[in-house]
Amino acid sequence: MFLEFFYLLRARGLSVSLNEWMMLVEAMDKGLGGSSLTGFYHLCKSILVKSESEYDKLDAVFAEYFSGIEFREDLPEEFLKWLNEDVRVRDINDKTMMDKFLLELDELLQRFHERMAEQKERHDGGNYWIGTGGTSTMGHSGYHESGIRVGGEGRHKSAVQVAGERHFSDFRQDTILDIRQFQMAFRKLRQYSSRMEGDKTVLDIDKTIEETSDSGGLLKIVYDKPRKNTVKLLLLIDSDGSMMPYSSLCNRLFQAASKSNHFKDLKVYYFHNCIFDYLYTSPMCKRGDWVDTEWVLRNLDGEYKVIFVGDATMAPFELFRRGGNNVIGLFNEEPGIDWLRKFKRRYKKQIWLNPIEEQYWDNLYGRETLLEISELFPMFELTLDGLEKGIKKLLVK
Amino acid sequence: MNKMDFFQGSETYVVTEELKNAVNVAIALQKPLLIKGEPGTGKTMLAESIAESLNKPLLIWSVKSTTKAQDGLYLYDTVQRLYDSQFGEGNVADIKHYVKLGKLGEAFVAPEQVVLLIDEIDKADLEFPNDLLWELDKMEFFINETKQTVKAAQRPIVIITSNAEKELPDAFLRRCIFHYIEFPDKEKMREIITVHYGDLEEKLVSEAMEAFYELRGMRELQKKPSTSELLDWLSALMISGVSVEKIKQEMPYIGVLLKKNQDIEVMQEIREKGYSLKRW
Repeated sequence: MFLEFFYLLRARGLSVSLNEWMMLVEAMDKGLGGSSLTGFYHLCKSILVKSESEYDKLDAVFAEYFSGIEFREDLPEEFLKWLNEDVRVRDINDKTMMDKFLLELDELLQRFHERMAEQKERHDGGNYWIGTGGTSTMGHSGYHESGIRVGGEGRHKSAVQVAGERHFSDFRQDTILDIRQFQMAFRKLRQYSSRMEGDKTVLDIDKTIEETSDSGGLLKIVYDKPRKNTVKLLLLIDSDGSMMPYSSLCNRLFQAASKSNHFKDLKVYYFHNCIFDYLYTSPMCKRGDWVDTEWVLRNLDGEYKVIFVGDATMAPFELFRRGGNNVIGLFNEEPGIDWLRKFKRRYKKQIWLNPIEEQYWDNLYGRETLLEISELFPMFELTLDGLEKGIKKLLVK
Repeated sequence: MNKMDFFQGSETYVVTEELKNAVNVAIALQKPLLIKGEPGTGKTMLAESIAESLNKPLLIWSVKSTTKAQDGLYLYDTVQRLYDSQFGEGNVADIKHYVKLGKLGEAFVAPEQVVLLIDEIDKADLEFPNDLLWELDKMEFFINETKQTVKAAQRPIVIITSNAEKELPDAFLRRCIFHYIEFPDKEKMREIITVHYGDLEEKLVSEAMEAFYELRGMRELQKKPSTSELLDWLSALMISGVSVEKIKQEMPYIGVLLKKNQDIEVMQEIREKGYSLKRW
């Protein structure tokens, strides 16, 4: 029953699992939905949706499926695959880029199909792996620096190219990169809690032995307060097109940070060129996958150490004017620079890491904004050296 | 489904049709109900109301930042046992004596079905919900020390609340029925006020509500006042007998609505100038 509805939900980006679908079926078996469409709708809402931010998606699918209203979203969201290789570095000044891109795309597509054929024989081909739609781990978590996103109706794709989209894909999937050095640098980002705060929860063996001996072998247990790293880190990464050439570098930094489990808290958000009203939760910077920047400022207290990662180069109007946000439909009332100032005021320690080599900083397109931003935040090269210097800055009392 | 086990809302708790549905679906499917919403929208009260209306005992497990999943199951008091063995007190040979059940454990062994509230699950460590998957699914756990399995005689009705401070893991979400309590609109708010205070003077309520929604409209506030704060404020206004005309203008007892000094300053500035930069 309604199986197409199930697939439609998935195709529109609601990651409904079979489990939940069976739950829904069970609920209907028990007559919980009554026999009305409204009842069914409420059932779907409470069983299939797990976040208030996804209610809207359900509503849209419901309208589409049950009243035949056309759904207006350019692309189906179920990804069939991120192709793994073929890094394409974007040359900002290259006007023929689009043509070249399209040529490369043909090539990519061809390889994609070849690989698909290959995969029939080998299922787990390491980083060759191609995800099959509709089954499992795919969706939003596939990542590679560059690749093709292929989407289509259902599982047997009529390949649709999604060109010109952001090419930072989700950072989270493991890639084999040497991130150890970055990680070692992050190790230094520690500030221990004083022995003053917290509960006594750790057994102090030395004291216990001492006290027990003192009382003539009568057991006396002594507890102590644990020492913990108190550093909370907020990582804000520019995921704009101009950052493309540095994506693998940023990726390494991200991995290092996320694998350093010694932070008390680590939050990562992405922005597009400059910070405006929203911070994205994934590097694709997709509309809707975001949180209010105000929310972040409100909820992450001033003790967070902030690391911005970005090239800080943009057209001056993007930074200084209202409406500078060049993403269509996201008019910003406050200029980007004001948003940056809010961070400046809110957080005590913050640095900006720039993947562009320092020697070019005052001699490139966008130096005006770079200069302005580096006056707000201490700016360092995104290199091991720069990171180490930056971390020192973050730790200064 | 047994008519008895059908949640209808209670006299002191205003419940939307949708929420009622969600509760009943969760009861019928025996799945935990995850309730999200702004602080002060009555998430915790929902569990009380369910327990009351179904006439079942309520167990509350308040989660804190230091809470571990194990705390809810059982604790084995080694230290007490060691001490007892030194002083020759208690029955040291009987390990059972030193195993204390947590709230989840209590809910499992209760002879009748209970309502278990796991309050503010997002306060705990990120892994916390994952650590409870098996226990909430199977409604059983194993006590290592006594080699005993504690299994729920009657699957408790589990209500879980979250303030959305942290994202909850997918695997956990998949097992829950979800409902988001929206902030009540003015109409609903009136209903809630009536449920709590009966019929108040119309002018007082409307003035107070207007002031309240004006406050909520201020984006710059760090913590917006919520339903429970409005209710407290109304009762403060009533008791003090402030004249109705002054409510909107002077905002008496503002401390009841806004808990942070900074917010109060911001609010005053906004009311004077129409904007505020103090926040940042």
